[in-house]
Amino acid sequence: MGSVPISWFLTLSAVLFALGVAGFLFRRSIITVFMSIELMLNAVNLSFVTFSYQLKKVDGHLFSFFVMVVAAAEAAVGLAIILTVFRNRKTLNIDDVSSMKD
Amino acid sequence: MSPFSQYYTSLDHFSIIPAVMLALFGCAVLLFDFLIFPDPRQRKWLLIFVALAEVFTGYGLYQQQAWLAVNGVAEISGFGGSVTVDGFGIFFNWIFVAAAILVAVASYKYLETAGEHHGEYYGLILFAQCGMYFLATGTDLITLFIGLELMALCFYVMVGFLRSDKRSNEAAMKYLLLGAFSSGFLVYGFSVMYGIAGSTKLAEITMAIEARPAWDPVVFLALATTAVGLLFKIAAVPFHMWAPDAYEGAPVTVTAYLAVASKAASIAFLLRLFYYGPLAPARQAWEPMLAVVAVATLTIGNLAAINQTNIKRLLAYSSISHAGYMLLGLVAGNRTGINGILVYIMVYTFMTLGAFLVVAALRRKNIIGEDLDDFAGLMRKSPGYAVLMLIFLLSLAGIPPTAGFLGKYYIFLALIQTGHYALAVVATLYVAVAIYYYFKIVRSMFTRPEAEESPLASSFGLRLALGVSGVLTLVIGIYPEPFLKLAQGSLLR
Repeated sequence: MGSVPISWFLTLSAVLFALGVAGFLFRRSIITVFMSIELMLNAVNLSFVTFSYQLKKVDGHLFSFFVMVVAAAEAAVGLAIILTVFRNRKTLNIDDVSSMKD
Repeated sequence: MSPFSQYYTSLDHFSIIPAVMLALFGCAVLLFDFLIFPDPRQRKWLLIFVALAEVFTGYGLYQQQAWLAVNGVAEISGFGGSVTVDGFGIFFNWIFVAAAILVAVASYKYLETAGEHHGEYYGLILFAQCGMYFLATGTDLITLFIGLELMALCFYVMVGFLRSDKRSNEAAMKYLLLGAFSSGFLVYGFSVMYGIAGSTKLAEITMAIEARPAWDPVVFLALATTAVGLLFKIAAVPFHMWAPDAYEGAPVTVTAYLAVASKAASIAFLLRLFYYGPLAPARQAWEPMLAVVAVATLTIGNLAAINQTNIKRLLAYSSISHAGYMLLGLVAGNRTGINGILVYIMVYTFMTLGAFLVVAALRRKNIIGEDLDDFAGLMRKSPGYAVLMLIFLLSLAGIPPTAGFLGKYYIFLALIQTGHYALAVVATLYVAVAIYYYFKIVRSMFTRPEAEESPLASSFGLRLALGVSGVLTLVIGIYPEPFLKLAQGSLLR
């Protein structure tokens, strides 16, 4: 990292997080929405690792490993659920998967 | 002192023993499910494992409580302060034990009727409870995050448990996407807190935030993102959209568990962070914010419930409005208010479980039984269920002598003590609205003729769970002293 200031990494992390949120809100394919969530979690990882590097403490690295584990578990469960949705409806457009209304 | 090593002492072990029991019995359920119960009709015997798990967990909690009392200390701190077992955590864990065992024994008939009675269900109940243990006792960001995700992942699967049912799939998908989205916000807030303090321990983060000015923008960033994540979990407006869909689509026994245990765990988590933990110094920033959220939650929850004809959806909105009352206790923020939240969550557990389990009894072969019309003439058909439902609805509405009155009483008392008169008036007005839509169900049960003749589904487990919930809802209302003492003794300060 050396000469690159810490704030750049944090800004990148915030931008990635915002992109993830935007993707979640505006994309219509369930898979892309799910990928946006992974992007958010990876932005968080970047910010953990940056803080960890700056503070010279290992906790942030540890946390980022746990975030990765959780993201992997979430992907496993999430894709299984998305698969059952696709089997029953033959569509992955988020607007078509809304039969429950007030 | 330490029979293991300097890195893992017996006290560390003692601090997580209930969670270890839950995880081990959860694994045992998964193993024995296909080893010795290959036939679906035998699967209800897996309840023995759930019961054993809860007995061992309860014994562990009891031992922890006894240890605290004998040694005269406030907490058992394990793993370098990652897990802190105190009265507060133990109180919430008793609620999880009650919710898990009542839901588990009431489930088998419903799942058999739905054609999806699998052993994993009981395993998932135990694993989710294991996550809740760490939500109520964790005092480290990593522990809390893992606990939250363990609980949430189990719930995603359980909500989608009816694999061939379109509504169940859809509910699971919505819950998964919005739940993961909110976890993203929460963990981003955690990373900011870590950046502020250089530690993941709640105590150290609290000190670091205390040292900063009250309206520090970085603290506010941490506060806002964490609040978004947490308010999602307790289904507070404007982050409540997932709740009606998830509650409606999920198998109703899962809905009951989700509405009760997941909400209790999230409330425990909220109190740990906002009241006892790192965000307490930022109180003047979050108090007005939470007041607005609480009023919005009461408004949307109560007004949207009026027009619902699906009972699960109606109860979902009602549970959103209950979250609003609990948030008001936090807004009041004195000892009475926090005590009110604990009393509220205790009575909420039994009355909400009961109401959802009555809906489970209405599910029969070829009859979904989730509509307001399905309650028509219930009094003539099966008076037992009708009277129980009446008790739960009276309690949900907060009418004495049922338990629900007590919860609301302490919340209102706290609001008046702290001078939040406008909030107290608004909250009282919404009680009147709530009485209207709860009594739509009562009217349907008692005055309308029955639409169909087929008798209600009934099993020993369901009757047992309903009986226990009904009796406790009445007993807490009529003879509240021991329960109030229990809640009061669990307050940290």
